[in-house]
Formats: sequence, structure tokens, C-alpha cells
Amino acid sequence: MGEVKVMVDVRGVHKSFGDNEVLRGVDLRVGTGEVVVVLGPSGSGKSTLLRTINHLEKTDRGLVSIDGDLIGYRRRGDKLYELREREILRQRAHVGFVFQNFNLFPHLTVVENIVEAPISTGRKPRAEAHAQARRLLARVGLSDKENAYPRHLSGGQQQRVAIARALALEPKVLLFDEPTSALDPELVGEVLDVIRDLARSGTTMIVVTHEIGFARDVADSVVFMDAGVVVEQGPPAQVLDDPQHPRTRAFLSKVL
Amino acid sequence: MSVSARPRPRALDSPAPKVVPARHPWRWVGIAVVLVLLAQFVHGLVTNPGWDWATFARFVTAKSILNAVVITLELTLYGTVLGFALGIVLALMRLSRSRFLETVSWTYVWAFRSIPLIVQLLFWFNISYLYEELNFGIPFGPTFFGFQTKDLISPMGAAVLGLALHQAAYAAEIVRSGVISVDHGQLEAAAALGIPRSRQLRRIVLPQAMRSILPNATNEVISLFKGTSVVSVVAIGELFYQVQVIYGRNARVVALLMVATAWYIALTTLLSIVQHYVEKHYAKGATRNEDGWKWAR
Repeated sequence: MGEVKVMVDVRGVHKSFGDNEVLRGVDLRVGTGEVVVVLGPSGSGKSTLLRTINHLEKTDRGLVSIDGDLIGYRRRGDKLYELREREILRQRAHVGFVFQNFNLFPHLTVVENIVEAPISTGRKPRAEAHAQARRLLARVGLSDKENAYPRHLSGGQQQRVAIARALALEPKVLLFDEPTSALDPELVGEVLDVIRDLARSGTTMIVVTHEIGFARDVADSVVFMDAGVVVEQGPPAQVLDDPQHPRTRAFLSKVL
Repeated sequence: MSVSARPRPRALDSPAPKVVPARHPWRWVGIAVVLVLLAQFVHGLVTNPGWDWATFARFVTAKSILNAVVITLELTLYGTVLGFALGIVLALMRLSRSRFLETVSWTYVWAFRSIPLIVQLLFWFNISYLYEELNFGIPFGPTFFGFQTKDLISPMGAAVLGLALHQAAYAAEIVRSGVISVDHGQLEAAAALGIPRSRQLRRIVLPQAMRSILPNATNEVISLFKGTSVVSVVAIGELFYQVQVIYGRNARVVALLMVATAWYIALTTLLSIVQHYVEKHYAKGATRNEDGWKWAR
């Protein structure tokens, strides 16, 4: 990673929900163009970590920066000023987020789902946004579904639309929160193929998943989390095939 | 596991045996009884001179009645538009992150749901006894200009005010129920995409909320439409008041009540038809089946 520019920088992030401390000081650095896969048992804080990165959850302590910009705050001297919602929304447009349950807008057609954010944030004029949406749909293999409503599509197709929707903002980094966990087994492959294709094109990505094979195949770096901390991090060959920490070993022995 | 019983060979063999539908004799008895009762009722409507259809026919399209229908519709329209406008604001206040606005909204709904509409109407009608003048100026300071309250708030104004304020309390709860029925993931997705907050509401949340708002809202409009008859207590010439005036003169009570009833039924039917089409519009993409929107109502 040495000379690669750091895109996502997570430092000492803590987050509690009530008495439940979900993140207990997480550090993570992701270089530009790097693909990081986060593994870990459920409840280990993977999803929460992802959500703090685009400020869907506010951190209790610790900071996140993307491409050198602090997320959610502005620093002046030794003080941090909370950003207003409008500014946070503007920052989020640089971070694509793909949800486990897709969260497509069911009352809008596929193409309307994709152009909504670029148009309403004033990034692109209508015609250009539509042209881009068509290119993105071609890229995820759904050119013929432009005018379908999300509920008329299969789960795999919906998730591919959701990925196209996230890409429409031309984000600096893409976050995937268990993108294939809500899918029937035979539909997982088509979504992973799209993500794999993005990885090859040099998109910076953080992927929370349970697909070990996919991690081995695509990840530049694998992060193993447990109980709110990063237990182990390294290239897939090292973390998956020669884990150093007993908790990593215990987890892998269950899922492999 | 082995099947020991000898299979009955003919049950499923021989292609396409004829199906004889099961018979339901008691169903036919029930239908006969209801038909007889219905026939008696219709016969009564036609032959009983008490219904006085001649008088009904004379008044149902009389000018005074038509004018009263227009006033009833005006009251309904103003009450609905102002009521829902204020209701949406109240719902958003209730859902806002400001504890203060939330409390104000809650208190409003509490107060206006607690006071009977008829009491409120009489109160607004008599407001000029309480506040003789309305003045505009610096609070607790000098006045710039003022009005006599009784000039500003006419009886019609008092009625609209009463209906709208009453309606707003119910509308607020209906809108709020619609908004909270939208899956939270929708707001998260919109926020993650950086869509501006007002646009999130207009484009993402409200269209989806409309599906559960509409049936309740139509109920409210219909009940407001008939509820305008309460306004007769402040002597406004809406439909029910007008009917009372006429039967006060000619004593044809039943016929004139039927005139009012016919108008209320006709216009409620119209509203129900409008509801059908508006609901269909907001059902876009709601189900997997293109025409299956009815099942998802």
C-alpha cells in the first residue's frame, strides 16, 4: 500500500447503541483503487463500521476521512464543528452505498431510481443523467429493464440496479453491506460478477460479505472483525489460509 | 414406508372425469328470504304515501337546494384544503427532531381532538365577544392597524375556520401514520444518495405514504362533507340547514330529509369514484402483478 494514496481513513472509531458498544476503536485504511473485504461473525460491528463511513451513523469517538475530507465535521484549529445536514448530504454523494435489502424506490421505475440522485443534487442535467443511466444499465446487464418497477425484478436484478444507482453519482468509494445476503443462492453469482467487474476497473471498495470465495478472488486486503475491533488484516492468502489469530481461525473453520 | 392398503385403481385413472359441483341448498333459502325482504322494502318505498315522492321531486333540484349544495361543497373544499395543509405541517412538526415543535404539534392534536366540533363552531361564531378587536403591531408594543373581529370573521369564515382547525388535527395523524408506514430503508437510501431533505420527503416518502394516507383521507373528506351539516347550528345556509328551513314551512319532513339524503349519497359516491382512481395512480410499482394493485390496498 506504501505509495498508494489513502482514500478512506478510519481512526479510533467508537460507537455504542445504548449499553451495547458495537465498535471499540476501529482503525482502517483503504488505498485508492483498493478492494477491502470485511469478514466477521454477525454482531461484530461490520455493518455499523460501514455506516459510520458515510455518516449514516454518527461516531461517538474517532474520525473518518475520505479523500482527505473529514466526514461529518469541519476542523478549525483544535475544534471540530459539526456539519449541517445539507453539507453531510453533499459529502455522501461521494460515497456509494449498496444495501443488503437493495432499498430501491418501489414507486419509481428502474431508470428513475438511477437518475434521481444525480438530478436532484444538481450534478447532471436530465438528459445527461438518463444517458448515463442507460450506460450503467448496460454495464450491469439490464438494458431491457429500464422502465420496469423494482418489484417486477428478481432479487439479483434489483441489487444490480442498486449498484447502478450507487455508481450514478460517480463515487470516490463504494460501500457494500452484505450485498448478496438477501438473495437466493442461484442469484448470488450475477451480483458478485458485477462487483468483480467493478473491482477490476479500479473502483475503491469496501465489501462486507460472507462470501469467502469472493474475498479470496477479488480482495486486495481482507479484514477480520470480531466484537467491535479489527482482529486481523492482510492479503487474502495470509488471512484466509494462514490466519494468525485464534478467533479468525475459529470463524473460518465454521464458514469454510 | 410401504403402502399396505390396496389402491383404488379407478379414482385417478380414466381421463378427465366430469366434475359435479357440490350443492348448497341453504344458500338458496337464504337468497330467497333476503329477496322477499328487499321486495317488501321497495314495494313500501313506492306505495307508502308517507314518502311523498312528489314533494321530493319538486325540491330535489329546486334553486334553494342547489345553492345549499354549493355552500356544502364550498365548506367541504375549504375545510379539506386548509385542514390538510395545516395537517401536513403539524405532521412534519410532530416528526421533526425538535422536541419543542413535536410538543406543540402533539398539544394541538390533543386539544382539537378533545373539543367537540359543534362546541368549536359555536365558539368561533362567538369569538367577537371574547376578542372585540384584532390588532397587528409589535407584540406587547404599539399597534399598527386593527379590525373589528366581527367584521373579519363572518359566520361563513367562522364555520370554515372551525371545520379546518378540527380537520387539521385528524389530518395530521393520518399524514403521520402514512409517513411512518414507509420503510425506514427508503429514507436511508435517499440519505445515502445525498438527495436533499425536502426532495426526500416530496419524491420518496410522501408518494409511498400516499398509499396508506388515501383511504383514511377519503374517509375524512366524506365525514367532513356530511359533518358540514353540523354547521347548521350557526345558521349557514348549507344543505341540511336549508332542508330544515323548508320543512319548517311546509311540514314535509320525510320528503325533504330524503332530498338531503339523496344529495349526500350522490356526492359521496362521486368522491368514492375519485378515490378509486387516485389510489390506482399511487399504486404504481406496488405489487409484482401489474394489475394486482387491488390486493395490496
